[in-house]
Amino acid sequence: MSTKAIYDWVDERLGLSELAAFVRHKTVPVHSQSFWYYWGGISLFLFLVQCFTGVLLLVYYRPGAEAYESVRQITFVMHFGWLIRSAHAWSASLMIFSILVHMFSVYFMKAYRKPREFGWLSGMALLGIASVFGFSGYLLPMDELSYFATKVGLQIPAAIPWIGPAIANMLRGGPDVSEFTVQRFFALHVVVLPAVFLPLLGFHLWLVQRHGNASPPSVEALPPAQRKSMPFFPNFVRKDLAMWLIALNILALLASVFPWSLGKQFDSLAPAPMGIHPEWYFMSPFEMLKLLGVVLRGEAGEIAGILLFTLGIVLWLLIPFYDKDKESGQRARAAHYFGLLAVFALLSTTIIGYWTIR
Amino acid sequence: MAHLGGGARPENHGGRGIIRREEIAMIEQTNPEVHLEAIAGEPGDKNTRRAFLAAAGVAGLAYTAALAYPIYRYLASPEEMAMEATAVTEVTLKDAQKLPLGSVLMFKFGTSPALLIHHEDGRWISMTAVCTHLGCTVQYEPQADRIHCACHGGVYNPYTGANVSGPPPKPLKLFKVAVNEAGVDVSRA
Repeated sequence: MSTKAIYDWVDERLGLSELAAFVRHKTVPVHSQSFWYYWGGISLFLFLVQCFTGVLLLVYYRPGAEAYESVRQITFVMHFGWLIRSAHAWSASLMIFSILVHMFSVYFMKAYRKPREFGWLSGMALLGIASVFGFSGYLLPMDELSYFATKVGLQIPAAIPWIGPAIANMLRGGPDVSEFTVQRFFALHVVVLPAVFLPLLGFHLWLVQRHGNASPPSVEALPPAQRKSMPFFPNFVRKDLAMWLIALNILALLASVFPWSLGKQFDSLAPAPMGIHPEWYFMSPFEMLKLLGVVLRGEAGEIAGILLFTLGIVLWLLIPFYDKDKESGQRARAAHYFGLLAVFALLSTTIIGYWTIR
Repeated sequence: MAHLGGGARPENHGGRGIIRREEIAMIEQTNPEVHLEAIAGEPGDKNTRRAFLAAAGVAGLAYTAALAYPIYRYLASPEEMAMEATAVTEVTLKDAQKLPLGSVLMFKFGTSPALLIHHEDGRWISMTAVCTHLGCTVQYEPQADRIHCACHGGVYNPYTGANVSGPPPKPLKLFKVAVNEAGVDVSRA
């Protein structure tokens, strides 16, 4: 049998040539903002790195009472265990960063407008799940930092009126962070979250293929003859892969030059270590709550903070339904300023957060 | 840098395969979108292209190896630790000299299980407990005075380790035994 015959046999059953035709005809717009198109792909690549390094860590990690000991073993006993763990932790940070860049580029290019509303919503859900991935993964080593980070982080759901304490107890598996907490966070981190994330990611990617890349309004306004594009295959794919290679190199550099540390084993009687602070991607909400607590003391401040967050996130989610007109008008400008306000709020509170640790 | 299509092939200009400078200038003048410098130097370019591809291939392989090596070592860690353990040549079994007649003590020699038998006649015998057939752990049966493997019914002689019946292809390896007041020293024969 020739290769052609084998191809035809498979093609008849799987429709490979339709796929090939689709890939051949797919194009990507070329304009001054094209650089931002790579960030979704970079996020995807870093997610794949997370899956790969996560499975490697799973080979030796033991949740429950032995969690800390097993991470100590991975870090100090197994060959290159420190590197695998460091790559997993750094790649998590880089992934959140690139998702944020991707989100803001979509926002400012107004790529959420019709027909891409589901792309926007699914992307926001993916970001939400990614941050739960980050939060749950942070506890797994069970060192001092992860213990206190989880303790503090779970105060946020606990502040929800009436049902909050029950939710927090359910998440913790008891009134305090313990080996029960690490066991259920582990189940969440390696089974539940991937099971939700993967189909949603598939949906998100399918939508991107269905609608193609959105061009910013300034490019949309041009007559079709003046719009430039490049073939998806091989031109864009080649550049995409080059970006992946750059991301991998940056990751390798960070993971090996700045290996992720492992603190002392958690001790529920020990005081919180000096200078303790959340991961950078949780710094902004943490600082906003802190600032609100200065203005509104006690429980009122906590509840106001949660309400304000919820409101901000809901507005952010609903932006495609508010700013939907192709022509740039009042609403388009308002959405733009809302985006700038969000960037400013996130950056300033993050900076204040780091400034006040010292 | 474009290769020419159709009638502008180098062979058509003098039929020598390689075109002269004046001809390049002439073609470029009549076809402004075409630059022939690359074609003029083609034989050399082929070599640089091949060298480039070879270098890229080697670099790619080196890159993959640099990624794969730590992962391989990481996954092979327990195996390496076991190798260190199998390098053990002697085990001291504390208080094993008190073992009653006609009884057995199971212990770990390196990473694999082993037997120490105190026979009714007072003889001390030690041997590996890993069946030579398919690696099950064997047991000493004092009543039948034999070593038996429950997996496939292999039987060994409890004094010499010789394979007596059943599927085992080879005898069990004996260890050297030295009994003293503090315990029993077992070492590779």
